[in-house]
Amino acid sequence: MRVVALSGAVIQLALALAFLVIYWQKRAAGDQSPMLFEQDYIWFTPLNIHYHIGADGISIAMILLTAFVTVAGILVSWSMEKLNKEFFFLLIFLSMGAYGFFISLDLFTLFFFLEVAVIPKFLLIGIWGSGRKEYSAMKLALMLMGGSALVFVGLAGIYFNTTTTTGAHTFDLMQIAQMHIPLQVQKLFFPFAFIGFGIFTALFPFHTWVPDGHSSAPTAASMFLAGISMKLGGYGCLRVATYLMPDAAHAYSWIIILLATIAIIYGAFATMMQTDLKYINAYSSISHCGFVLLGIGMLTKTAIAGAVMQMVSHGLMTALFFAAIGMLYDRTHTRQVAQLGGLLKVMPFIAAVFVIAGLCSLGLPGLSGFVAEVTVFMGSWQNADAAYRLATILACASIVVTAVYILRAMGKVIMGPLQVNGQNAPLHLGDAGWNEKAAAAILIIGIIAIGIAPFWLNELIGGATTNIIEKLSFR
Amino acid sequence: MLTDFFILMKQELVITVIIFILLLLKIGKDLTNEQAINLANALLLVNCVAGLFLNHPGALFSGMFQTNALIVVEKNILSFGTLIVSLQASSWLKKHSHVLEFYILLLSTLLGMFFMISSGNLLMFYLGLELSSIPLAAMANFDLAKKQSSEAAMKFIISSAFASGLLLFGISMVYGATGTITLSEIAAHITGAPLQVFAFVLLLAGFAFKISVVPFHLWTADVYEGAPVAVTSYLSVISKGSVLFVFISVLYTAFKPMADTWYDMLFLLSVLTIIIGNLFAIRQNNIKRFLAFSSIAQIGFILVGITGSSQMAVASVVYFVLIYVFSNLAAFGVVALVSAVTGREQVSDYKGFYKTNPVLSWVLTIALFSLAGVPPTAGFFGKFFLLMSGAGKGNYILITIAALNMIISFYYYLRIVKAIFMDANDQPIERLVIPVYPRLALYICVAGIVITGLAGYVFDYIHSLSFGF
Repeated sequence: MRVVALSGAVIQLALALAFLVIYWQKRAAGDQSPMLFEQDYIWFTPLNIHYHIGADGISIAMILLTAFVTVAGILVSWSMEKLNKEFFFLLIFLSMGAYGFFISLDLFTLFFFLEVAVIPKFLLIGIWGSGRKEYSAMKLALMLMGGSALVFVGLAGIYFNTTTTTGAHTFDLMQIAQMHIPLQVQKLFFPFAFIGFGIFTALFPFHTWVPDGHSSAPTAASMFLAGISMKLGGYGCLRVATYLMPDAAHAYSWIIILLATIAIIYGAFATMMQTDLKYINAYSSISHCGFVLLGIGMLTKTAIAGAVMQMVSHGLMTALFFAAIGMLYDRTHTRQVAQLGGLLKVMPFIAAVFVIAGLCSLGLPGLSGFVAEVTVFMGSWQNADAAYRLATILACASIVVTAVYILRAMGKVIMGPLQVNGQNAPLHLGDAGWNEKAAAAILIIGIIAIGIAPFWLNELIGGATTNIIEKLSFR
Repeated sequence: MLTDFFILMKQELVITVIIFILLLLKIGKDLTNEQAINLANALLLVNCVAGLFLNHPGALFSGMFQTNALIVVEKNILSFGTLIVSLQASSWLKKHSHVLEFYILLLSTLLGMFFMISSGNLLMFYLGLELSSIPLAAMANFDLAKKQSSEAAMKFIISSAFASGLLLFGISMVYGATGTITLSEIAAHITGAPLQVFAFVLLLAGFAFKISVVPFHLWTADVYEGAPVAVTSYLSVISKGSVLFVFISVLYTAFKPMADTWYDMLFLLSVLTIIIGNLFAIRQNNIKRFLAFSSIAQIGFILVGITGSSQMAVASVVYFVLIYVFSNLAAFGVVALVSAVTGREQVSDYKGFYKTNPVLSWVLTIALFSLAGVPPTAGFFGKFFLLMSGAGKGNYILITIAALNMIISFYYYLRIVKAIFMDANDQPIERLVIPVYPRLALYICVAGIVITGLAGYVFDYIHSLSFGF
């Protein structure tokens, strides 16, 4: 079963890379249409619902992210014994939801895949999790369902205020983007859509599912949750809420900025208080996803490009972080920072992975985190409003806090005297196996590829962000 | 005229013939239970297949009886559901001493429902309703040794009688206020006078009783709990579905001029029904009671769809009933099997169910997800269309309340899923052998749950037959 899952995921990765190459070729050949690879089938005639898919640069970037994390996630859970068929089935099912979501150009299809991705998470956490797994699974599922319920109201509101040339309503994203939805309608339904998607991406104060969900989930599920699933929300906020309702986005951007800044700072300080490695990463995810929302809320081209880059970068980085934590936990059976120490001596590979993930998280140049965060900050600064600049400064300052908690945790776990579970005696702990090395390598390749040569990602998403910005500034 | 009679009333006549066949067999020949079940299922299959052919629209008896393509589809949904119920009941009926009587009663109720759906006149509707509910009471009492079963039957007959009384009073008021009880003629005489509103409220209350809308739902849980599982599933799906079909056509044809009045009433009733159904479902420990309250909440969602009063609304309600047949019968199928073999009906009994019965667990899980409205199951599409048709009126408050209530419903469905997959249990339900008929029924249901949603054709077809204003 795991072989089937892995080969499937690898094929997906190959396809995603192939799409990337074809995409470049088409663009280089001068194809300027906003979406490539479009497929459009009618699904439910009475409601004018289509199965309409296609991809632009942002979608391709997100698909690549999903493919990377899926392969890595399956590799990490290679030795999963308990109900392994179901486990891999649910992982693949979850990635299917994510792929479908990122390529949907019809709001119904998009909503369909958004909800498809909820249930596997519940089962993955509830069955294979640890700690208070039932509680966390239920909390996560209910909060995400709440998010989808709000999204549904938002989508229904958009739908009934569209008219196509034939007089019917439409769910088609590209068609709606050409229309002008009345300002009053936008103001009414933007909050539904944005908060709905925001719950998926840990918008403050709807972030509470993140720490519980991540810490209880099995390693692969944590990677999927933080790496892919939280990106569904960011993508939805950008593509649906902001893109389709630009006037409301302008009207409400100060609220988005406010909440995002709170999330960034609160997340960073809350992380300082955590003693469990998974909680550390979960809270820092809240902080990092705040950058995504900050970038979207700033409504400038660079900031939005930065938000997308941050989504990709954070997806890879946090997946790597969770993978490293999972590997540590498999060997030491504890995730408490205080009970670990000096692991570099016994498991150098895992320790190195851990360091790379940590440095990426705190934004070391050369790794993807730096590129993404700098782009967000540059873009944010372009928004000349004084209060927005204050928010930018505060967000920048939070990086210092990030550095504190990352370096502190790493210093304690990696360096110093060898210690596991508070015992000084060195244990015979093995280093990473081939599957774990492969998983880490794949993610690190992604991180470094973005970190050293960010221009390809920038070019990839450039066209798409230009489209969004044109829609945003055309009022 | 005679050919008209045979062709238009074909579905009713087929059922009548089947009833007589069973009756004669009962008198003349000693059948073993096995034979009786096989025969009855075969006849029900014949009934289902016969429903697919030679369907023409038309009216008989000067408009008392009418049929059209949508009505035929509705009847086919019901006969199909009845077949599934009968397949699921087989493991329980095998040990029963009155198999043929069960089928005779079952088919009588179905016949009543058919007449009810086809009625073009309130009197005809009332006759059909009585024909369907009196045998149902007898069926509720079919666990002969259990006191609870008789209690359920008693409760059902009393509440039915009360509902019938309300309906009859309403019908007489309608006659007094408009001078007619022919559905198609009432609309022309509706002026919105207080007496007419009063008559309508009485009718509405009668309907609300039948489909257990809050605050007329109090009989539901007790009857569901006491009655045999097969009868409960029949009550919750087929009987409610048929009344819903009539309810829509009465609202949309006879009381069309009063649409503004009943829109407000339905708005209130649907919100109440969803919320109360949900809140009570959370607290249930008996799985049959749980399904009873969840079905009340589902009715609330259907009412949201009915408020839409468009072609879309009719289509989404019929479509949802079809999906509901599959999802609810799949859930009841598993419950029936477990209850027939082990006699256990508590939610806590399902802890650790996955370890011993993986197949049944998945069936129950898929059914519950479909009831909760999670994609890719059909329930998602059903709920989505219901809410969209409700939103078509521009009442976003209503659909926001409904959408948020989906979260609550999600919680209690997931509670069962959690028990099945995650909770440990010292004494899980032992590994069950699934006999052929129930197995077949479960497969049909699961296939239905998957296909009716994803295949857009089903909804398109129902929509093309629907009407609205």
